Amino acid sequence: MSALLQGRVHRFGDEVNTDVILPGRYLALRRPEELRAHCLEGLDPGFADRARPGDILAAGRNFGCGSSREHAVVALRAAGVGAIVAVSAARIFYRNAVNLGLPVLICPEAAAALKAGEPATVDLATASIRQGDRTWQAQPLGEEVRAILAAGGLVQRVRAALAA
Amino acid sequence: MAAQTITEKILAAHAVGGTALAGETVTVRPDVVLLNDVSGPLAFEGFEEMGAARPFDPQRIVLVADHFAPAPNIAAAGAIRMTRDFAARHGIPHYYEPGNGGIEHTLLAELGMVGHGSVVFGADSHTCTAGAFNALGIGFGSTDLAAAMATGQLWMRVPDSIRVELTGRPGPYVAGKDVILEVIRRIGSDGAADASLEFGGPGLASLPVDARMAVANMAVEAGADTCVLEGDALSAARNAATGAPNGPPVAADPGASYRHRIAIDLGALSPLVARPPSPANGVPVEALRGQRVDQVYIGNCSNGTIEDLRQAAAVLRGRHVAPGVRLVVVPATQRIWRQALAEGLLDALAAAGAAVSTPTCGACFGGHMGILAAGETAIATTNRNYRGRMGDPDSQVFLANAWVAAAAAVAGEIVPPDALRAVVKAA
Repeated sequence: MSALLQGRVHRFGDEVNTDVILPGRYLALRRPEELRAHCLEGLDPGFADRARPGDILAAGRNFGCGSSREHAVVALRAAGVGAIVAVSAARIFYRNAVNLGLPVLICPEAAAALKAGEPATVDLATASIRQGDRTWQAQPLGEEVRAILAAGGLVQRVRAALAA
Repeated sequence: MAAQTITEKILAAHAVGGTALAGETVTVRPDVVLLNDVSGPLAFEGFEEMGAARPFDPQRIVLVADHFAPAPNIAAAGAIRMTRDFAARHGIPHYYEPGNGGIEHTLLAELGMVGHGSVVFGADSHTCTAGAFNALGIGFGSTDLAAAMATGQLWMRVPDSIRVELTGRPGPYVAGKDVILEVIRRIGSDGAADASLEFGGPGLASLPVDARMAVANMAVEAGADTCVLEGDALSAARNAATGAPNGPPVAADPGASYRHRIAIDLGALSPLVARPPSPANGVPVEALRGQRVDQVYIGNCSNGTIEDLRQAAAVLRGRHVAPGVRLVVVPATQRIWRQALAEGLLDALAAAGAAVSTPTCGACFGGHMGILAAGETAIATTNRNYRGRMGDPDSQVFLANAWVAAAAAVAGEIVPPDALRAVVKAA
């Protein structure tokens, strides 16, 4: 995964739970192309059509709370989301996102200030976020998280370990 | 060695290296790994992609078809078939489906696979239900559990702990649901983020094990990583009955470090109802008196136990569901379903107008068996009332215990259970 991620910002509020990211009625599906169309359908039914590859979500508190459904991350990735910047994120969602190679940066200042519709850049090497002439420093990514992202996800990391 | 919490002790006993202090990153080897027909298929594909030849220990993997079971459509049938096939291919004996299974967390306890000091990794957020048995249940997603199946271990940060001290005895119509709704109401939906909720104190003895499952189940609704209750004679008796690990309960050391403490006098609690769209929106049932409901749903992994069915039947026996209201009752497991049949509970419920279902996660997560249309309102004994949780984004769900839910079915509106007699007479 490249250390520099660029995309347009979409803004969401607090407590965006995994039920609104990917409603339960679609959980018998699991292919990215099937889940993409339903991404954030419970909150913003037009999102999947508006999203473009690399887009960045700026969100509030407790992003991804609730159900452990990894389908939520599969749907976000399939819709093109390249990174998430949030005030805070629920533990299981955070792990799921990292495991599928979708970085989540915890930075309340950036999450509050990022302007919707405008491009921003996330630098994974420094865990920083930039938009226009402003830069914010997110919480540093943990050692294990960096290793998983560097491998391209947990499947690749475990695969390498098992093959060694 | 510093004084330790229950959570630290149980994790240390399962950690590579043998220590687990709050804040440390450790590698933990669970006793049991649990997946279902929704989380399983993604995990099975991840497992294959990891190049794993076989699971770390087929005896310690439990696969349960419960979410879309019995299958309501072809996609769900395919997901269940994948789950069944994975079990057969890898010689996993613990595979369950309608007819011999039930909702995974309730079933796991029935199977005697979780007891004092156990660690369960589950690909379901309500794996924390295991806390009722003085065990740690920790929820993960599918790829993490693919790795757990392949390697028998996962990395994790040892959570801080928050101590919930229970005193007193619950009054009439107050259940385990009200204890946890009170905790979530006080600390909020992320109030226990990066923490384990540890419940104990003299009040615990007045909570039956079934009520404790409701308490532990919704710890994740406070954002908790996991949850554990002190063990005692009641948990030991349940473990003995199921054959679960039943060593001395794991207790916290005196002076163990807690992020903070919450005191709850069970005698001061009244039945609570959580307004949509958050489980943190608990208010006394009296405050919502008169709120109309279209559907009442009694079941799920927090409140589908025999105790819940007895409470519902006690309210509904000799009464009838209000006109225009649907009541769906879903015993959590096949064993509970049969016990409820033997006790005459299913007949009492059906006679009152309930649709009694086979065990399934069903409509709790908006899957099937009672989806809500736009504009409809439900009261449910389930654990989430997020927007659109049980169906249309413009439907709404109130959360409550089984007494309160059953009373609403009779009255057609939310009503304190002790006021039901007067309400029904007046109607």
